[in-house]
Amino acid sequence: MTTHRTSAGHDTGGGLHARVRVERPGHVLDVTLDAGPGEVLAVVGPNGSGKTTLLRCLAGLQRLHGGRLTWGDRVWEDPGSRVRVTAAERQVGLVPQDLRLFPHLTALDNVAFGPRCRGERPAAARRRAREWLEVLGVGELSGRRPDQLSGGQAQRVAIARALAAEPSLLLLDEPLAALDPGVAMTLRLELARHLAAYDGVTLLVTHDAVDALTLAHRVVVLDEGRVVQDGAPAEVARRPATEHVARLVGLNVLRGRSRGTLVTLPGEAVLATATEHDGPVVVTFPPTAVTVALEPSAGSARNQWPGRIVSVAPHGLAVRVHLDAAGGVLADVTAESAGRLGLTPGREVWAAVKATETTVRAESFGTMPTHRPPLP
Amino acid sequence: MTRGGVTGEPALGPPPLRLLVPAVVAGVFVALPLLGLVLRSPWERMPTLLADAAVREALWLSVLTATVATAVCVVLGLPLAWTLARTEHRGRSVVRGLVAIPLVMPPVVAGVALLAAFGRTGLAGAYLLDAGVTVPFTTVAVVLAHTFVALPFFVLSAEGALRSASSEYDAVAATLGADRWTTFRRVTLPMVLPGLAAGMLLAWARSLGEFGATVTFAGNYPGTTQTMPLLIYSVLQDDPPAAYALSLLLVGASVLVLVLLRDRWLGQVRAR
Amino acid sequence: MRGRCPAVVVILLAALAGCGGSGSNEGGDRQLRVLAASSLTEPLDALADEFEADHPGVSVTAIYGSSATLASQVIEGAPADVLATADLDTMTTVEEAGAVLGPTSFAGNRLVLVTPADNPAGLSSFADLSSSEVTFVACVETAPCGKVARALLDRNGVPTQPRSLEIDVKAVLTKVTTGEADAGLVYASDAQAAGNEVQTFAVPGSAQEQNTYAIAVVEASSHGDLAAEWVDLVLSERGQSELAEAGFGPAPDTAP
Repeated sequence: MTTHRTSAGHDTGGGLHARVRVERPGHVLDVTLDAGPGEVLAVVGPNGSGKTTLLRCLAGLQRLHGGRLTWGDRVWEDPGSRVRVTAAERQVGLVPQDLRLFPHLTALDNVAFGPRCRGERPAAARRRAREWLEVLGVGELSGRRPDQLSGGQAQRVAIARALAAEPSLLLLDEPLAALDPGVAMTLRLELARHLAAYDGVTLLVTHDAVDALTLAHRVVVLDEGRVVQDGAPAEVARRPATEHVARLVGLNVLRGRSRGTLVTLPGEAVLATATEHDGPVVVTFPPTAVTVALEPSAGSARNQWPGRIVSVAPHGLAVRVHLDAAGGVLADVTAESAGRLGLTPGREVWAAVKATETTVRAESFGTMPTHRPPLP
Repeated sequence: MTRGGVTGEPALGPPPLRLLVPAVVAGVFVALPLLGLVLRSPWERMPTLLADAAVREALWLSVLTATVATAVCVVLGLPLAWTLARTEHRGRSVVRGLVAIPLVMPPVVAGVALLAAFGRTGLAGAYLLDAGVTVPFTTVAVVLAHTFVALPFFVLSAEGALRSASSEYDAVAATLGADRWTTFRRVTLPMVLPGLAAGMLLAWARSLGEFGATVTFAGNYPGTTQTMPLLIYSVLQDDPPAAYALSLLLVGASVLVLVLLRDRWLGQVRAR
Repeated sequence: MRGRCPAVVVILLAALAGCGGSGSNEGGDRQLRVLAASSLTEPLDALADEFEADHPGVSVTAIYGSSATLASQVIEGAPADVLATADLDTMTTVEEAGAVLGPTSFAGNRLVLVTPADNPAGLSSFADLSSSEVTFVACVETAPCGKVARALLDRNGVPTQPRSLEIDVKAVLTKVTTGEADAGLVYASDAQAAGNEVQTFAVPGSAQEQNTYAIAVVEASSHGDLAAEWVDLVLSERGQSELAEAGFGPAPDTAP
């Protein structure tokens, strides 16, 4: 059962055009966003960057102070001309971070709630609810109440409830954040399938790079209420526009001062890069580009730093080593070499990185890089 | 929710004496006067009193007016509590303060205030009189007096219940297409039902014991306005032992009703 | 912070204890506690001033309430020197409990009919109560004023019933002065005290059904001599004229 396209009752034409401006004491959210039918957007950014506020604005739970919100040729909200379509009339599906399944209703009645409100007869609404629970793989739990569901089961019911209302726009707030890693992985795969089958627009707020990279067609990066990057996941991962996203996608982020292609890092360490620049810079490189050895390799002393191992932890199929070299560096090594070298916390080792693996951009993040390294 | 064992020794050690001692003192303080009443009551007269028409009339009137007043509290107080809990407006704290005033008002003064509003020469009472309606000295007046003093108990506890049922559920219901009335009916109300039951019991109990506002506003006449507390006060003037027995009867009747309600009503709420 | 709470509690308790015990024996100032039926408020307050003037160093504290309440307080041992009740029955109960010494009747009070000043129901005599259009109130029959009212209504063959049986005579007066009731049966002394807030009508037969006020020294009094002097003052010509001025009559002949 891979395709369960929503069929009747909702309008997938046109897509979302949003200029959202919300003013709060101390910060302003000012975001422009467009998305076509079938598109999945991941919204990433640090806490307080306005992700959840954006979601609430689109859902109609928070009034705009400026801008304009349209779906196709229908105006949802336009403060300038005092037009506002209520949340109930927008056909938006929301899965909040804490789900908010109605505690007094069974899973089935939770999912049937939307169809009932959209005017379906009780029997028809329940039939539809059962179908959606089946699609999400929790059909046998339809009689349970939310407090009798595990985290993953509740998440599936919440998604079923949102989809059963046949929304044009689906809003998911950190849908996998509260789940055990194993459950999150399974559900991520299924979610990818459901989102692929879904012909509305999906906005996915996430803190997890894997979600953004595997589920989304586009990644929108928010920082302090503004969109600082909007592009394909792979593109954002390679050239993150903010330090937050760089760390989110698991890159090493080092700050220093560049002269030509040589960057001086804190603690006298020197890093050779493939980019010429003068002035303060931020250098990023993936942990997989870092090699760890017990002795410094012969030859160039550049890009080699001694350090002590802070922690060692499994990371996917590799082992992630955290070193205190050059102000803190992450290295991914194979489990085999970790064992062979005896990498344990406290051990003194050498870390090395190739110049061609680094990306240099002028301090601060948000401005585009002065030079672009060749892509691998 | 953790489902921990609560049998035997508490996991955190025995409760500290400086909490335990005042707790025991509080329990004794409440129990002792009740015990005194039980010991002083002429139990042998209980059957005669129970058979007395005036007593049965007063008991019935008490239960009836307390129940109707509680119903009025729910019908009017729940929307008020919802407004206080779910809307933003400047007058809200003023309204909340107003609702709480009967809590601190001496009940007799509440009765005088009710006379000033619904008495024959009162603000609204004068118009009612023109329309041929007199409120004082009627059972309606008893219900009004009870409602006035019991409403804050219900509204404040209902508002608490509504606040603890997060408005985020309302938000989700809205995205699913529910208008605010549907949300109230199908989401908010079922969620706060146990909390409302507590508020209703409080209001009911407050009504049952109400004396000052009733006697001032509604008067005291067997069958129409004489509730149990009024009968007890009347009897106290020339037959105190009978008054003790009647007090016990009132306590007994309310405990009985509360127990029945708890088993039926709260049981149903839990089983939903 | 530690230890401050218990200190506060101790201070509060001390203050409360001070309230209870204040004045009784301080500085040689003797206090005479008179518990009296509410209807006696005006004449006894006047007599108290006089008594204090005649007895330097003595202060009279008068506590007014319903006779039944005061009687049970005396029986329970509340600090008191003199008890004055609005009827004989109540006093007899206290006497039988051994809480007072040799009561004497000292005044009578008859019931009158009062209407609001503007007399909205247009009553012209007691007989008009028989109209079903008239809303009138009386005391509850367990109270002395209610017993008398019942007897008078029966004696005069009034077919209508009071709309409410108020818990005491002050409540009857309030219902009348606020205009909730067209008429009410109250003591002549209450009608007198209400002045021109009410119109007063005589009740036929009220002289035969009046109730008798009794006064006695409390057995447990610590100022027995002063208490006896106070009783003497109330029974004296001076005391009787003060009572008469307040609307009371002499004690009926049925006195013990």
